[in-house]
Amino acid sequence: MSEDRIRYLSPCGLLGYGYPISNLKTAFDAGLDFVGVDAGSVDPGPYYLAEGANFVGISQVKRDLEPLLIECVNAQVPLIIGTAGGAGARPHVETLVNLTEQIAKERRLRFHLAVIWADIDAGVVLDQLRAGTLSPCGGAGSATSEEITSCKHIVGQMGIGPITEALVAGADVVIAGRCCDTAVFAALPIARGFDPGLAFHAAKIAECGTLCAVPGGANDSLLCTIYSDHFEVIPLSKDRRCTPQSVAAHSLYEQATPAALHEPEGVVDLRSCTFKQESSRCVSVTGAQFIPAKQPTIKVEGSILEGYRAICVGGIRDPLTIRNLDTIEAKVRTAIGRSAGQKDFSIRFLYYGRDGVMGDLEPLRRNQPHEVGVVIDVVAESQQRANSVISLARSTLLHQHFPGRKSTAGNVAFPFSPSDLEGGPVYRFALYHLLEVENASSLFVAEHREVDA
Amino acid sequence: MRLYDLATVMRSKNAGPYLITIDMLFQHSSYVDRVLASADFTSCAIAQLYDLEEHDVQIHAYRPASAIKVTLPRGHTSAGSASDRDIYGAQQYFPLADQDV
Repeated sequence: MSEDRIRYLSPCGLLGYGYPISNLKTAFDAGLDFVGVDAGSVDPGPYYLAEGANFVGISQVKRDLEPLLIECVNAQVPLIIGTAGGAGARPHVETLVNLTEQIAKERRLRFHLAVIWADIDAGVVLDQLRAGTLSPCGGAGSATSEEITSCKHIVGQMGIGPITEALVAGADVVIAGRCCDTAVFAALPIARGFDPGLAFHAAKIAECGTLCAVPGGANDSLLCTIYSDHFEVIPLSKDRRCTPQSVAAHSLYEQATPAALHEPEGVVDLRSCTFKQESSRCVSVTGAQFIPAKQPTIKVEGSILEGYRAICVGGIRDPLTIRNLDTIEAKVRTAIGRSAGQKDFSIRFLYYGRDGVMGDLEPLRRNQPHEVGVVIDVVAESQQRANSVISLARSTLLHQHFPGRKSTAGNVAFPFSPSDLEGGPVYRFALYHLLEVENASSLFVAEHREVDA
Repeated sequence: MRLYDLATVMRSKNAGPYLITIDMLFQHSSYVDRVLASADFTSCAIAQLYDLEEHDVQIHAYRPASAIKVTLPRGHTSAGSASDRDIYGAQQYFPLADQDV
């Protein structure tokens, strides 16, 4: 590998989403400095973090991971995986490490593994709350000490530091807990002296696989090369191409503003970027500006239990029922209030075809569709309580009288029996805040081990 | 013309659990100016559509992509919470899409 460029592969947008296996050979033939995979996101919601549950099924993760491990170890190309298991807390990391060791045993692979934990002690967060240095992020409210101690898992988003340190210490494979999406792909380029603005911007594009291409997809692979003054991205599949607009548009993806991509180490400003079609499928990019922070900050995430969910789903075809949904709902709520006893639950009725997606904001909610799909959603303090309230709600809705009613045998078509479904625990984010730190790496502990079949 | 018809891409997504970000891509950079100049595309007009305060609405033009980004708070829910209707925030760009530009 020559010093004036660094090249890496992003096989897919999330470990387990899949990618064409033929891309691997093409990528390795092009000469790679490392392979990176983003394995998670906060996007799927607070459940996976709190429950310690994997976002993508383990067999899908194995299918994606196995060829990467084999090719990387054989070619002696570092493999970096960030936000293991989708949420990056201890149980997620342990699952991915176990899977990795299992594959190593089955495939007789030997390598130096670094595991970087991202779990943050509640005490650390509480100290900063008391000191007034815990600040909300991206629209979050303030966190209470009760909420902080109620989080089953708290993770911090590590930046490039811990990953770089692990690689410098000789890791062939790095499995990291919660990571900034960009850290996986920006660590080695920045460590090798490439411009941080370019490195972070390229990382942002690469971490989603070919979502930056046309047609877009998170289950396909992107090759990224960083030079001293620009970077280039190209999808490996011949039926996809990057265009200046597709890559520029992806620079906006899931970000509040193009003026500031936040990393622990500082902020990246993308407003002066240029995007150029280099060849029919390749785009070159310049212009990202990295502004270092005076003091590094670490974003912490945690979620707390709201209750347990039970739902039922049904269809309504009767026009008078559809016209009177609000009246019917009010009557059902009154009846439930009378029969259910104490108010230790919440209940909502979602009407698809009317305003299910947007609720009160739907400007067309007064339209009369010919059919409505109703979801009754109960969240209660226990699963058993949710189950009994949904049962009451369902039977009441089915038989609820309203003025002018003709459908006296039943208001709803239920497509399954039993019609009530258990949803399990429901969580909400309580921590999405910034810790002030002296050193961006100090909260993250790495363990090194030799994996030997 | 309806914004939805003028834009080649119109999408919304979470920007973290508390913000929704709406991206619009256009065929020409001139359309960015046209939309930004529209009476129905002020932060005040957008705030009314989403039952927000004017200062809640962020509008960012991104000319390298011939795009406009509008970022809004999620209202009273956070992504994936019990009262959320759209965990990815992926279908929140109407009624903005219906605005005349």
